[in-house]
Amino acid sequence: MLEVRELKKSFRDQEILKGIDLTVEKGDVVAVIGPSGAGKTTLLRCINFLEKADSGAMTFDGADYDLGNMKKKDILSLRQKTGFVFQSYNLFRNKTALQNITEGLIVARKMVKEPAVAIAEEMLEKVGLLDKRDSYPSQLSGGQQQRVAIARAMAADPEIIYFDEPTSALDPELTGEVLTVMRRLAEEGMTMLVVTHELGFARSVADKVVFMEDGQVVESAPAGEFFAAPKTGRAKEFLRILDRA
Amino acid sequence: MSERLWNILTEGFTRMLVPGLTVTIPLTVLGFSLAFVIAVAVALVQFAKVPVLKQVSRLYIWIFRGTPLLVQLYVIYYGLGQVGLRLSPFVAGVLTLGINEGAYCAESVRSALESIPVGQLEAGECVGMTWWQTIRRIILPQAMRTAFPPLGNSLIAMLKDTSLVSSITLAEMFMASKRLVGRYYEPMALYLEVAVFYLFFSTILTLLERWGEKKLNTYEYK
Ligand SMILES: Nc1ncnc2c1ncn2[C@@H]1O[C@H](COP(=O)(O)OP(=O)(O)OP(=O)(O)O)[C@@H](O)[C@H]1O
Ligand SMILES: [Mg+2]
Repeated sequence: MLEVRELKKSFRDQEILKGIDLTVEKGDVVAVIGPSGAGKTTLLRCINFLEKADSGAMTFDGADYDLGNMKKKDILSLRQKTGFVFQSYNLFRNKTALQNITEGLIVARKMVKEPAVAIAEEMLEKVGLLDKRDSYPSQLSGGQQQRVAIARAMAADPEIIYFDEPTSALDPELTGEVLTVMRRLAEEGMTMLVVTHELGFARSVADKVVFMEDGQVVESAPAGEFFAAPKTGRAKEFLRILDRA
Repeated sequence: MSERLWNILTEGFTRMLVPGLTVTIPLTVLGFSLAFVIAVAVALVQFAKVPVLKQVSRLYIWIFRGTPLLVQLYVIYYGLGQVGLRLSPFVAGVLTLGINEGAYCAESVRSALESIPVGQLEAGECVGMTWWQTIRRIILPQAMRTAFPPLGNSLIAMLKDTSLVSSITLAEMFMASKRLVGRYYEPMALYLEVAVFYLFFSTILTLLERWGEKKLNTYEYK
């Protein structure tokens, strides 16, 4: 459903992504792991056009795109088919939890208000926050904000949701409630590309693991295989250090 | 207080209040509306880094913040009049006040826009909104809240600056007090009286600003 080929990106003269290949099948959860500075965030930002890639190709839902040369119209239509969950939640601060979800439906998708509100309430129910529908982000805990952000990403009924370390700004107790929501989403068959430091989550939920380092995909394998016996020395080292921590 | 002085001050009351309400206040309201529109446009052009227009904006701000309002009034009223563009003193006043204060307000709005975390704009784009939709519905409302106090200061500054428009023959409130001084030679009492009027109007504006700020704070966000 999503295929990225030879994605390259430099900041000034430093090459951050050195030709990334990535495939996500429909219904799969793909975990992207790797040390800090590997380029995981940059990868997600490039495939959702928050950052302009220098070159590369993408196939999304059967259609081909040139990542180095995207049309505004294509970017807009692709964004309507994807959801994005940020590390720092990024809920609209001037909107309530409910409005955070209806905003995109009404403004971007030209939906009328009543069905948009109905969808938003259904999504809030799913993440267990219907009682917070009229709260502003500043009145919610980090974990609650992230659950609303996930509800917002789900509301547009996307083909895939990208997650960038959705729990790394959260306390351990709050991490659990967000991971539970994500786990449920995976069980429902949502296609997800998740950058994460939560190896436990990757181990138990992901179908595939992509290990990145230094702007490259070092290893890409089914999750079971990867965690049982990583093939590359770098991945072994990475798992060993994280397991010890 | 002598009866003569009392009579002069009573006469001054209506003679100042009327131009105050019919000239000074409309001048302030119209001038500030113009300043506000200019400020948002100029701030957005810079925020969006529109080539050429961005440089034009900086040039505009540089010129209008760097020269005295009084000189700007003379250029726009007498100067333009000389080259064939004759404006009424009122129109020249509104234009000059608006363009002048617009330069200051633009900086208030721009710094408010820049204080909004970039994630707000990215989140808007990620839910499929266009840049402009996100600016209008997410970024500007937040920025306006931040810019509200400095804009309120600009509004009050403009009220006081309208007194300068008397120098291009507009019969506003300060002009009325000068005429009375000319007739009765009571500068202390009459200029203090007009000062009280300015204080009264600016107090009302301050109260309005506080009320507006409270109203904006009903959005329960930080
Ligand atoms: N806007 C930018 N300008 C310049 N350099 C950048 C920019 N964004 C990222 N980088 C650099 O790109 C590299 C990869 O960053 P990225 O955020 O993608 O890493 P990451 O794998 O997500 O790391 P982490 O696990 O810490 O989130 C880093 O060296 C970073 O300094
Ligand atoms: Mg990152």
